[in-house]
Amino acid sequence: MKFWIGMAVTVALAAGLALSRTNEYFFYAGFVVLQFVVLATAWNILGGYAGYVNFGTAAFFGIGAYTAVVLFKAAGAPLALQILAAAVISGLLGFGTGLLTLRLRGIFFSIATVAVIFIMETAMVNWRYVGGATGMQLLRPPVMEPFESYTRMLFVTMAILAVIAVSIARYIEVSWIGRGLRAIRDSEEAAECFGVPTLQLKLFACTVSGALMGAAGAAMPMYMSFIEPPSSFSLTYSVSALAMPMIGGTSHWLGPVIGAVLLGSVQQIVTVTISNEINVLVVGVLLVVFVVAAPDGILGLLKKLRWLPRSSR
Amino acid sequence: MRFVSFILGLAFSALALAQSAPVKIGIGIAQTGTLGGGGKAALLALQMWVEDVNGRGGLLGRKVELLAYDDQSNPATTPGIYTKLLDVDKVDLLIAPYGTVPTAPIMPLVKQRGLLLMGNFSFQVNHTVKHDMWFNNAPWGDATSWTEGFLRIGQNIGAQTIAFIAADQEFAQNLANGAKEIAKKSGLKTVYEQNYPPATVDFSAMIRAIRAAKPDMVFVCSYPNDSVAIVRAVNEIGVGSQVQLFGGGMVGLQFTPIMSSLGSLLNGITNYNSYVPGMKYPGIEDFLQRYAKKAAEAKVDPLGFYLPPFNYAIGQILEQAVAATKSLDQKLLAKHLHGHEFNTIVGPISWGPDGERARPAVPMIQFRNVADKNVEQFRQIGKQVILHPPQFKSGDPVVPYEKARGGN
Amino acid sequence: MSFELLLEAIVFGVLLGCFYAAVSIGLSVAFGLLDVPHVAHPAIMVLGSYCTYVLGRYGWDPIVAGIALMPLFFLLGVAIYRFYYESFEKRGSDAGVRGLAFFFGLAFIIEVGLILVFGVDQRMVEAAYIGRSLALGEFRIPWRMVVAFGVALALTAGLTIYLSRTFTGRAIKAVAQDEPALRLMGANPVRIKQWAFGIATGVTALAGAMLIVVGPVEPSLDRVYIGRTFAVVVLAGLGSMTGTLAAGLILGISESIVLMQFGASWAPAVAFGLLLVALGIRPQGLFGR
Repeated sequence: MKFWIGMAVTVALAAGLALSRTNEYFFYAGFVVLQFVVLATAWNILGGYAGYVNFGTAAFFGIGAYTAVVLFKAAGAPLALQILAAAVISGLLGFGTGLLTLRLRGIFFSIATVAVIFIMETAMVNWRYVGGATGMQLLRPPVMEPFESYTRMLFVTMAILAVIAVSIARYIEVSWIGRGLRAIRDSEEAAECFGVPTLQLKLFACTVSGALMGAAGAAMPMYMSFIEPPSSFSLTYSVSALAMPMIGGTSHWLGPVIGAVLLGSVQQIVTVTISNEINVLVVGVLLVVFVVAAPDGILGLLKKLRWLPRSSR
Repeated sequence: MRFVSFILGLAFSALALAQSAPVKIGIGIAQTGTLGGGGKAALLALQMWVEDVNGRGGLLGRKVELLAYDDQSNPATTPGIYTKLLDVDKVDLLIAPYGTVPTAPIMPLVKQRGLLLMGNFSFQVNHTVKHDMWFNNAPWGDATSWTEGFLRIGQNIGAQTIAFIAADQEFAQNLANGAKEIAKKSGLKTVYEQNYPPATVDFSAMIRAIRAAKPDMVFVCSYPNDSVAIVRAVNEIGVGSQVQLFGGGMVGLQFTPIMSSLGSLLNGITNYNSYVPGMKYPGIEDFLQRYAKKAAEAKVDPLGFYLPPFNYAIGQILEQAVAATKSLDQKLLAKHLHGHEFNTIVGPISWGPDGERARPAVPMIQFRNVADKNVEQFRQIGKQVILHPPQFKSGDPVVPYEKARGGN
Repeated sequence: MSFELLLEAIVFGVLLGCFYAAVSIGLSVAFGLLDVPHVAHPAIMVLGSYCTYVLGRYGWDPIVAGIALMPLFFLLGVAIYRFYYESFEKRGSDAGVRGLAFFFGLAFIIEVGLILVFGVDQRMVEAAYIGRSLALGEFRIPWRMVVAFGVALALTAGLTIYLSRTFTGRAIKAVAQDEPALRLMGANPVRIKQWAFGIATGVTALAGAMLIVVGPVEPSLDRVYIGRTFAVVVLAGLGSMTGTLAAGLILGISESIVLMQFGASWAPAVAFGLLLVALGIRPQGLFGR
């Protein structure tokens, strides 16, 4: 119950801010932070719960973005429909990728996911309808009442998406699906011996993960009013979506949220005050530091300091 | 009581005027990346104008401040940079990034926020969005203005076939598409065409294919990194004895650092430019002399031929428009810009309804007798012989290309 | 598509392929033999390219510079392996995931570090053999490719001989095959693996020098090479040096033909496509152990 109150408060807060007189740039930057909450949470479903390190976040994100562009260009589809379609297409891509690669263990799976990024990017580069390597300029439709600007509306939309993503992640975590995924992470062979349907569960996680990443990607073209392949499929998305849960803590749904909000905010502040490169450096350095020194992330540290109860859910 | 508040109000506004906020002009401009070689020189010219205008009392009695960020020639950075300029730095006026590719992403943004944008050497970047507050400083208009020179020179020497290679990015595609149509209308036969991704570094396969297709002319639409790679590849493996003219739309072969690093590899290439020594405009010699001094201090392109005069002109245009309308209101300024002609150090400038030059004139030059590792040689007339347009012409083309190149 | 163009593409592909093999051979040792999830391998190679560029500014020939950098990179490799071993391998099962994340993070740190120091501009080196080509009738073969081919061949042959003929080389292969047995024989597997990883990294320095001879480099070049190197290593079969050469040639020729036939926009997908096909159909590779 507390969870649902928390989620409702989050949405209300986002909407309230959007309707207030807060500086426009706050929403521009805040959108990105919320986008990473979705990406980090989605990554964690496969990466944290099941232990399969997905480097291919950028592929699902980029395909989600391009799906939205196609629908927008072909039919002038509204944002909600773009997001839904992107989730479906990226989910299918997740399913296909899973089918192809989840029989591979460890590093092979991860490298295969990198391959998916480049193959998807090449496909978009060669598709003139969406602009090829040149990209496309996109004119946003007029903004819905009561929002003052399109960016504010996107901010609230992303907040709602974040809430949905976290709810799904939490549901998976506490259900039998989550137990099965944890069994796979601890020892896949033992899990199979116990009759856990490992392939189906992994496929499910990969599909849901991909779908959420695609949904996050769908809002990006409208946000930038522009789309082009290199930035849509940038490996930086993959690194961030991986670093944030690792920093926040991978065993609980709160971990990716903490990681995304903290790291995402730092990134935005650094971008505005110093430069864009330093923000990628920050991600890389924090990732290495946490992976070496604090493998259970911030949540793990808080548990060690006894600020959080030790019992795992 | 009302009288007192009136006097107090007057006093406060007088105080405010005396310490007025500066007029902020914002730009994202490439200082690194493929366009960086040109962007650095352009920014220096803009800074020169800011100094000059502040020396004359600024705009509307207020000091002018230029805020510039490096967009790294990467179109993905410009929406963020311009949003920051508008919402965090709160600038009053915007100048576009240097180049079509970084400018394309912000056209929807400026249209939807109803903002004036001073273009900076973009090519047809406004043709889809059709923003009515866009004013480009470049000497070209549509594809005809750019390509007719190249094609006419070719046809005058009897060329009948043509090959196209173009980067898959906004500038090159706009230019190549326009050029292909004009070539077709002129009766030229296209024997090879190829687009390549902007990050391509190895052109040997494409040059080999062109050689096999035996075209009379090769029209290249490329950005600096690829232009350099293409020039090197052509000199490395040769393009065949059939080719008469090679070049056309290669950006970067006007940047001083690239010209001096390629040196004799440039010989024979027929390419566009905006200004070369020998072209007479009022005030330009004086500007180039002042620029050379500043460039030496800033360790930037010492010649300053291609972009700097035109960037200085943007400043001049803004200065005249703001003075005439006595405001910084975007709509008022745009209306004034549409209705008038402006005198600049690169001649008189006025625009058509699409925001491009009303009277375009694109010099088409051929590199001749260029030696290696010598920057100052480009100040001499004759290193870039002007083949077109007639009012600037200084020589005829040397053909075929392999002979003009001195090639193997 | 004329026969001449096809022949030229194949010749170019062979030269390119041998280069790809040399670039991947360090990974063949690090990942194929030592099981280290070394995703940062291409990033270290690009680092080698930039070091070569810096030395080039002082007039060093790139190949000479590459050879001179090898001992430095050997030490770097030893240090990286030591750190990796202490932080991850020692700690057991969960280490796999985190070790991978570590190398991913390392790759990014190297890439961004290069951007901060050198900027995003492309960097090139100059040498007598860069910019001229060998004329064989109608064919023109760029000398830079021939030089890279020669160095690559020497490197691959050298490493193969080292691994099969010398004592330490055979020890490295042994530790890859059966670590407990090696321990029983009194050898220290950690020191051997450290040595091997050092060699793999040292070799990568020379690969980086060749990279900047073949074409200009910029910091994000490591991204596309992740696909190429892993495609070669997986296709080869983990741990097979001759396999690496064969797989490199296959990749080089396929890329060259795709480049000629379909254009440069499809070329990056060849390596990754080949990788997925190899993983899907024959994960143990062509010459797998």
